Amino acid sequence: MFVDFFYELRNRGLKVGLNEWLALMEALGLGLHRSSLTGFYNVARSILARSEADFDAFDQAFSSFFKGIEIESADLTKELLDWLENPASWVEDLDPEMLRRIEEMDLDELRRLFEERLKEQDARHDGGNRWVGTGGTSPFGWGGRRRGGVRVAGRGMWGSAMQVAGARLYREYRKDVVLDVRQIQVALRKLRELTREGAREELDVDATIDQTCRNAGELELVWRARRKNAVKVLLLMDVGGSMNPHARLVSRLFTAASKSNHFKDFQYYYFHNCVYDTLYETARFSDPISLGDLLGATTKDYKLVLVGDARMHPVELFRPGGAIHYWEWNPRPGIDSLSELAHHFRRSVWLNPTMPSLWGHITVKAVRSLFTMFPLTLEGLEDAVQALVAGPGDLRAGKAVSAKGSAF
Amino acid sequence: MRHRGETSFVRFQGTANYITSPALEDAVNVSLALGRPLLLKGEPGTGKTLLASSVADALAMPLIRWHIKSTTIAADGLYVYDTVQRLHDSRFGDADVSDIRRYIKLGPLGRSFASDEQVVLLIDEVDKADIEFPNDLLNELDTMEFTVTETGDEIRAKHRPFVVITSNNEKELPDAFLRRCVFHYIEFPDAGLMRRIVAVHHPDLASKVIDQCMDVFYKLRSLNGIRKKPSTSELIDWIAALKRSGMDLKRLKKGIPFAGTLLKQEQDLDLIAGGLF
Repeated sequence: MFVDFFYELRNRGLKVGLNEWLALMEALGLGLHRSSLTGFYNVARSILARSEADFDAFDQAFSSFFKGIEIESADLTKELLDWLENPASWVEDLDPEMLRRIEEMDLDELRRLFEERLKEQDARHDGGNRWVGTGGTSPFGWGGRRRGGVRVAGRGMWGSAMQVAGARLYREYRKDVVLDVRQIQVALRKLRELTREGAREELDVDATIDQTCRNAGELELVWRARRKNAVKVLLLMDVGGSMNPHARLVSRLFTAASKSNHFKDFQYYYFHNCVYDTLYETARFSDPISLGDLLGATTKDYKLVLVGDARMHPVELFRPGGAIHYWEWNPRPGIDSLSELAHHFRRSVWLNPTMPSLWGHITVKAVRSLFTMFPLTLEGLEDAVQALVAGPGDLRAGKAVSAKGSAF
Repeated sequence: MRHRGETSFVRFQGTANYITSPALEDAVNVSLALGRPLLLKGEPGTGKTLLASSVADALAMPLIRWHIKSTTIAADGLYVYDTVQRLHDSRFGDADVSDIRRYIKLGPLGRSFASDEQVVLLIDEVDKADIEFPNDLLNELDTMEFTVTETGDEIRAKHRPFVVITSNNEKELPDAFLRRCVFHYIEFPDAGLMRRIVAVHHPDLASKVIDQCMDVFYKLRSLNGIRKKPSTSELIDWIAALKRSGMDLKRLKKGIPFAGTLLKQEQDLDLIAGGLF
């Protein structure tokens, strides 16, 4: 019966496994929840959630699971009370079938069974037979309670745990919602390639020992270079026009990237709508640099990150002279410039601040045929970084890795 | 699954100098009881590091600190074999180099194992180290023992140390590591808790004064466009500065005196320079 709570958590994306389950059993067996539901909430969350990003899902699971009990069956209050006050017996009362299996089976087998039961649960759940509080056959007494029934130490523990869970205080920690500078920095930190380059200033003990032994004990010191991050990043940002609503988000990305001092080199340029033959060093489109010069100055091992909504009038992408600025007549269509970029660099990604549901637009599609596109969310950024650092290979391999990230 | 009778472990309930929330107390006690490391995350300045010394105080255990830097590797925590010293002694010195144990120095983790009494081990800012660092610690934290390969000595924990690990979220920690930890996220204290925290540090302050200070503090925090929100420790420092200057509350109405103790970024100071309230 209690297992269902885990299924609920798993359904909501928490990585809860046997390990956590047994730990929770043990904690409850020790009475750590202080015979209260608030205590249970705290104990369960500290064991089952691995990051504050999990808290919201945990709260939702908790409130949906326990709310059902509250409404549906009031007659099991006593069992719940007993259980909360005497959890040791609860551990002993564990489903004997399950206990037997735990003893007999190895971990992998158990995992498999767990997964199977998870699927079963889904089916039953979908069938509309709500598994919470049906009939009270469970030995655990998660059956239900009357309002105000569990009052430990004079406090309505039930109410406060439900309030905490129901208020969804941790919604903003969800990974798929917010994106501040620090989070972007955290994501960008994974963008690294450690190599040994430069002055040899670190004693290589292993090699020293080896050389010394070879020299029959005559000391021979061997030095090596320290490990350094060799990642070089080129950031190209679309500004103005349809990007204005996303200006704040893009500026956060820029702040985070420019502050990430672990890059060996970081360059950035701006463009409007689409990259043509000229890019600009400022967002006000001054200090131009030609695309040819830029490509000449950046080797193919730069990680190319483009930011833009890729949404424009088809003419702007597919025709010569499509550039939106009157002073910038482009002899070749923007798509060719983009293609040159895509083929120059070994690794590239396109970050799009618009919703993936808008990516069916004709120009977005065309851009996606050249670059793997990720939404500018924390998850999207993490996937993009992964695509940028994924093992050696060419652009195509990068696409294979990140296909998951951009499929919506 | 272990069955235990009445619980024999010690329980933590905060100390006079460190105010906890019930959720944090529960997490500490779960961690103590299960013998799993406690992983603490939260905004800077919410007292993650302080918790370890507070637990050590409350339970009368010695505290061993291990501050992680970007260059720290897991093996440093167990022991360091001072090869260079031994080499030096062998070539130039008159020390006895035949005893290799003289050159084995236990690291913080090693010392916490070897200690004769139970200790609190603080692994501070675990996310500063290399991304693989937590994984390298898994086995030792699980089994609570390791072997000094040079001597064959086995170091086994006499008492399982209470391990507190703090992280500032600079790097994501590996799943296998997270699975073994009890997790708690220290939230930014609400006004009620903050009031109690301030009262602990400045017990002589009138509640009207605290009200006013907290008012300014929370206004600052809610300010749109602020880059680095002031935290608990900054509030306490700020009040200390106000106190030392004679606590002229009228000044609070005009602007924020000693704003530099609250705001650490130039842009943030510029933001409030024109007057806020």
